[in-house]
Amino acid sequence: METVKRKLIDENGLRVDGRRPDELRPIKMKVGLLANADGSAYIEQGKSKIIVAVYGPREVHPKHIGLPDRAIIRCRYHMAPFSTTERKSPAPSRREIELSKIIREALEPVIFSEYYPRSMIDIFIEVLQSDGGTRCAGITAASLALADAGIPLKDLVAACAVGKVDGQLVVDLNDEEDKEGEADMPLAYIPAFNAASLLQMDGQLTEEEFFKALEMGKKACLKIYEMQKQALKERYLKIKESVEAGEENQEA
Amino acid sequence: MSITPQTEPLAKIKSKQIRELLKTGKRIDGRELDAYRPITIETGVIGKAEGSATVSLGNTKVLVGIKVETGSPYSDTPNTGVLTVNAELLPLAHAIFEPGPPDENSIELARVVDRGIRESKAVDLEKLIIVPGKLAYVVFVDIYILNHDGNLVDASALAAIAALMNTKIPKIVVGEDGEPKKTEEFKPLPIQDCPIPVTIAKIGGSLLVDPVLEEENMASAKITITITKNGNICAIQKSGPGTFTLDEIVEAEKTARRKAEEIREKILSSAGG
Amino acid sequence: MPLHVEHKQLVVPGELLAEGDYLPGDNTYMASGKIYSQRVGLAEVKGKKVSVVALKGPYIPKVGDLVIGQVVGITLGGWLVDINSPYTAILSVPDAIGKPFSPELGPLAKILSIGDTIIAKVIAFDRTRDPSLTIKGRGLGKMEGGVVVDLAPTKIPRLIGRKGSMITMIKKLTGCEIVVGQNGKVLIRGRNPKMVELVIGAIRMVEEQAHIPGLTDRIRAYIEQGKQG
Repeated sequence: METVKRKLIDENGLRVDGRRPDELRPIKMKVGLLANADGSAYIEQGKSKIIVAVYGPREVHPKHIGLPDRAIIRCRYHMAPFSTTERKSPAPSRREIELSKIIREALEPVIFSEYYPRSMIDIFIEVLQSDGGTRCAGITAASLALADAGIPLKDLVAACAVGKVDGQLVVDLNDEEDKEGEADMPLAYIPAFNAASLLQMDGQLTEEEFFKALEMGKKACLKIYEMQKQALKERYLKIKESVEAGEENQEA
Repeated sequence: MSITPQTEPLAKIKSKQIRELLKTGKRIDGRELDAYRPITIETGVIGKAEGSATVSLGNTKVLVGIKVETGSPYSDTPNTGVLTVNAELLPLAHAIFEPGPPDENSIELARVVDRGIRESKAVDLEKLIIVPGKLAYVVFVDIYILNHDGNLVDASALAAIAALMNTKIPKIVVGEDGEPKKTEEFKPLPIQDCPIPVTIAKIGGSLLVDPVLEEENMASAKITITITKNGNICAIQKSGPGTFTLDEIVEAEKTARRKAEEIREKILSSAGG
Repeated sequence: MPLHVEHKQLVVPGELLAEGDYLPGDNTYMASGKIYSQRVGLAEVKGKKVSVVALKGPYIPKVGDLVIGQVVGITLGGWLVDINSPYTAILSVPDAIGKPFSPELGPLAKILSIGDTIIAKVIAFDRTRDPSLTIKGRGLGKMEGGVVVDLAPTKIPRLIGRKGSMITMIKKLTGCEIVVGQNGKVLIRGRNPKMVELVIGAIRMVEEQAHIPGLTDRIRAYIEQGKQG
């Protein structure tokens, strides 16, 4: 039962969903949608849908895990049981435990945690629907939620994967490209430092491909970064527009 | 949930000494920035295991045992055998390790080692299928940390690949009745690559390979880059709460590539033998 | 072009505000000679100083702050008070009743019990220790009656207005007594429920529109219209 592998790049150089190699999937970001959380954000990247809530800085429980010189960050990356084709057990998998750690480490470098000693900041990332690139989209949304919570940040963190499919480097892989492709390299990028706070890779890349992938990843992250800034401002600009529209109506 | 860890407090005088030395391109144990500690590899140390190896990297000591059983292949990969990697940060290895289920550090360690082996296709899993969809060899790689003095990833991955190369599995023949039968004969595991991880820590603006524990505790971040025998990169993991600039990543990759070559020769001569 | 933003411009974390001979003010940081924002907020340029007025953020106590808190626990020597901050405040017996604790006082719950709301002043806080409160003093103490409304702590200065202009106007127009806690809690007391409603509405407007110029005029219009309607 030999299955014919579908081509991931067609004769026109386009990908399974019609994108060019350096083209991101359609991305929607929304900030401040959960009333109880101190900060929250939602992202749709292609068919991946992720919601993030931030609580804190708040009192540490239990007290002894607090640090005398800065806030501790707690991070949970979790996939909903219905987020995948096959139901995923809600118990945290080894993958989720690893990702929770490296996502925390991807966000910590931008947080001024020294402002809030003996407190904690919680970041809850829930993948509602998974179609590839969820750790990156989770980081992108989490930094929006942190900013929305009013937590002082050095910068926003933007994240995007670069991969190799049918021998070609492409950005922002969907699930099929991730599973069938030859390499996947998630990158979280902090523009203010020109630095990576998350970098992983599996599959195989030559040195030349790796250097090129880093550059492509940086470019993709910068596009996402612009969208993040827009999403954060949009919320306040909308209120401003509606207030100003109201005033004009009254004057008329 | 992942929580910012409480780091071991390091005497300021010591961290200052480390920083000052790094400025002159030296390290506390006298090594160059790109020098590994002495590596010793011993294979076949556990007779009851199908394969085993201990690796010492300075004072870091890791034992890997390989057990091979038969079982069903995964439903989504009916034509390949099964490989799983597990790591135990044993309480006997350091005062900071507590007994209990694997925490995020041991899970990350196991998954980084797993990625290097899997993505390099070091073990030809397709040759480990006995009856497609029904029966396959299941290879358990268990990493035992015996003494922790930094750079557990490299020591563990080297021990794992050395142990896999040393592993003999029972030959199984499928009889005419379709029933698989174990024979008395043994064959080596089908090994087709020798992935080598190189871990590089960042302290201040310096990049140094194979950090000892004191250096690890001071490092803002680490990156492990695993290189196949063809010179491809097959796994990367940045770890720790800091960042690497893109230039530093490029520099780290070049160092990793160079060091991987040196270490591979060592592994092949002591384990591949 | 050393200044990259306009006064009152909406900015986000990591946004470049200025470089050259500008000075970093509140909610900004400097790296390699450049000043960046730390928060979502409005840029404020005063002379050579560039700062950001944050739109949201936690309440961090300062000595002298008036706060409105809720008693959440009783210890041997006093009470634990939630002041809407990462740090739970402590009100010790002498700071509550003016004399030291003695067993003759009987159970402390007779003086203040869990669930009570108090108006208090922060008398000590240095981040290595939890904040201490006092309720001795005019206008301080256990609250009886009134409504407490939440407002983002970062927007409290906007509710107060320059030299108290906003809050004075709201008080004058509605006749309500208003106590503003720096920790994002506002106490409103008034005989006329309609006026109390108008104050709550005005606070909601501050919450929503703190970043839009002309807020004082809009709130005046809102209250005046509400009084007629």
